[in-house]
Amino acid sequence: MSKAVRLKKGLDIKLLGEADQVKVEAKQPTMVALKPSDFHGLIPKVILKEGEKVKRGEVVFYDKYNKDVKFVSPVTGTISEILRGEKRRILEIRISVAATDEAVQVNPVDPSSISREEVKSTMLANGLWPFVKQRPLDKIADPSVTPKSIFISAFDSAPLAPDYDFILHGQDQFFQHGLNALAKLTDGKVNITLNGKGASDECFQNAKNVEINKISGKHPAGNVGTQIHHFDPIDKGEFVFTLNPQDVVTIGKFFAEGQFDASRIVALTGSEVEASARKYYKTIIGARLDTIIDGSLTNDNVRVVSGNALTGKAVEKDGFLGFYDAHITVLPEGNEHKFFLTEGWLAPGFDKYSSHRLFPTWLTPNKKRRLDTNLNGEQRGFVVTGEMEKVLPFDILPMQLIKAIMVNDIDAMEQLGIYEIAPEDFALCEYVCTSKIAIQEKIREGLDVIEEECM
Amino acid sequence: MKALKKVIQNLDPKFEKGGKWEKMYPLYETLSTFLFTPKHVTEQGSHIRDGVDLKRTMFMVVIAMVPALLFGIYNTGHWHYELQSYLNPEQYGAYSDYLTGFGDKVLYGVLQVLPIIIVSYGVGLAIEFVFGFVRGHGLHEGFLVSGMLIPLIMPADVPLWMVGVATAFAVVIGKEVFGGTGMNIVNIALTARAFLFFAYPTAMSGDKVWKSGTSDVIAQNGGVLPDGASGATALGDMASFVGDSPMVAGEALSASMSSADLLQKFEGAYDPLHAIIGMIPGSVGETSVIAILLGAGLLLYTGVASWRIILSFFAGGFAFALLMNLIGANAYMDMPAYYHLIIGGFAFGAVFMATDPVTASQTQYGKLWYGFLGGGLAILIRVLNPAYPEGVMLAILFMNIMAPLIDHYVVQANITRRKKRFKTA
Repeated sequence: MSKAVRLKKGLDIKLLGEADQVKVEAKQPTMVALKPSDFHGLIPKVILKEGEKVKRGEVVFYDKYNKDVKFVSPVTGTISEILRGEKRRILEIRISVAATDEAVQVNPVDPSSISREEVKSTMLANGLWPFVKQRPLDKIADPSVTPKSIFISAFDSAPLAPDYDFILHGQDQFFQHGLNALAKLTDGKVNITLNGKGASDECFQNAKNVEINKISGKHPAGNVGTQIHHFDPIDKGEFVFTLNPQDVVTIGKFFAEGQFDASRIVALTGSEVEASARKYYKTIIGARLDTIIDGSLTNDNVRVVSGNALTGKAVEKDGFLGFYDAHITVLPEGNEHKFFLTEGWLAPGFDKYSSHRLFPTWLTPNKKRRLDTNLNGEQRGFVVTGEMEKVLPFDILPMQLIKAIMVNDIDAMEQLGIYEIAPEDFALCEYVCTSKIAIQEKIREGLDVIEEECM
Repeated sequence: MKALKKVIQNLDPKFEKGGKWEKMYPLYETLSTFLFTPKHVTEQGSHIRDGVDLKRTMFMVVIAMVPALLFGIYNTGHWHYELQSYLNPEQYGAYSDYLTGFGDKVLYGVLQVLPIIIVSYGVGLAIEFVFGFVRGHGLHEGFLVSGMLIPLIMPADVPLWMVGVATAFAVVIGKEVFGGTGMNIVNIALTARAFLFFAYPTAMSGDKVWKSGTSDVIAQNGGVLPDGASGATALGDMASFVGDSPMVAGEALSASMSSADLLQKFEGAYDPLHAIIGMIPGSVGETSVIAILLGAGLLLYTGVASWRIILSFFAGGFAFALLMNLIGANAYMDMPAYYHLIIGGFAFGAVFMATDPVTASQTQYGKLWYGFLGGGLAILIRVLNPAYPEGVMLAILFMNIMAPLIDHYVVQANITRRKKRFKTA
């Protein structure tokens, strides 16, 4: 039975710099990188050395603690550098792109016709498994568990988020193929959640072999976490797998064509991007971002974020696209003092946006704004209560859960719902927090404790 | 402004870790972050943040208190001259009228109230600074509000040294021992008041402190108040109805009078309109319901204060006052229920004290219970224990202690409800 949910809570932060619905080819990157930091908790075991040649789809490293989970190269080229940080932790595996493309080829197969184990082993061996994330913990799925259901959100509600209806348009066939493969992984259903606000693209609407639900409301309506909470909540000991729609296409394409196709459509957004450059770019996973943003920025004092403004990762201007990201946001860096009467805490605040009514801008909630990365204050103890509850459409008490995490009370964390959440679900709580507490980080700390003690 | 910005930018490194004046960092941080929102940028998690910070939130509360403060200043002056009019009828006879001598009254009020504010902020901020230095951080904003609340809940005649001692006690024992802003268990300003109430009861209760200059008048008049004058508050008079010697505004009444007659006398002295405007004696900021509701309007409009708490506090007070009416064993119990809400510190407590987010319940449902029980308890203490004419202070302090318990039950309900989903599924 398909269900429909309307959310009352949440917050849409309207930013300037939405991408126009135009697809263009990005320049072919000369360098791509795989970043183990994109996968929380992963310790990579690299099997290729610097200087070795690698084909597209060939395994570059695997998960040290879960050797079946392989990560493959998105391009044909040469391992040019393995960049290490503190304690020799691997930060980036850089691959310089060769002129000629050569892919690892396997036999195409219809996933509907093979068994769960065969689907799983194909995905594991060919670098498709990392696209599958699991709740609880919000990390790469554990291949040894069978999820009770799989969730795919057909839309992203984050600020300036890419439009998946636009991105996936015309990919119906591969998308369906991917869904068929995923359906094999679970005893339950593959759930696609559509945006209840408007019509979705045909590839979502006409999808077969799935359960289609609708959700409408403000951000985080588009987060899978919100959707799982409302349609099929997770109890202790249960697992749900989640995927991004574009990654389902990649999986479907692999089964249909037998090749790992790392191409990806990415929206370039943000107030600091020239209006003419705010478009959708066809590029590849891990592409060096200068191929997209070079010459497109309005000034130098910016922060480039791979992902959205709430949950993305800051990268250098010549950094690399994140593994899961279909979105680049460029924000003005807020590294300037702001005088208290004109721009700071006692100013009228026409340039500030707040979910609290302490600034006149709450009267014009639909105006698009240029928000910078300034913390807009200093960190304090929790004082204000009730603000997080307004932006968290979960039957979860955010303040109590966060405090349980802070004091490391595992029982309370479990009871208060830590199995259902990911840091991204609490991004808005972090945004609205008057005391400027790093809430997403706290949630991740809590999940790490749970993983260590209870999983 | 640009020049000042440059100065700050150049000074910043000198106070940071390893800088020349590293040890003075808390002081520098306080001053520089007052003038400039620092250049801190987000480092992890959300890259953009809400425009609000604690400074703005707290400052809004201070602004909300301004109407009550201004009225309190005038009211202090008014009752001072009202008393003088008995002692000195030729000179001040006309001053018992509200607007006659407005300038004199305001001037007197300022001279009386301003020192209390200065002492409260001075002592409190000094202590906060010391703790800030020990902990290596600048001033946290919580005391901005407490420092203004304390003068507003004192009688205007309170000796300044008492304000200082009480503030010091409240900040150290009420707050800093628990870890500072956001960590305290009971409301700071009420802690200060409760400290004085129990340590120096003669300065905080009775009928000699509520009109500024009462003791001087008594001294000049040979040890008693002049005929017709009174130093009591509405609540004090009300409490006397329960005892053997009922009084209304200085007039001794017969203990054999019926409740209805007593109440008629009472309403004659403190009619509801005057109580709502605030033309009755009391602590500096508590008397004017209108001024307090102006502040409440701002706090509710901006969302700084919880409407749940304010509303349920009034509702609880009203409900319990009605309950007292039903019992109706004495004149106090018979007092019309709405009266409770407009005399004494009830409105002030509901708007500015009960809503302190740190010490109130933190869950949405909890706030409703917390407010309702707080308001109800205030009435119970007032009516059933006339030794404490002002029940609001004690009720809120008690509810501060109880708030975690209320939250505990709300949290347990949430846990049970969430568990249930899986059983039915």
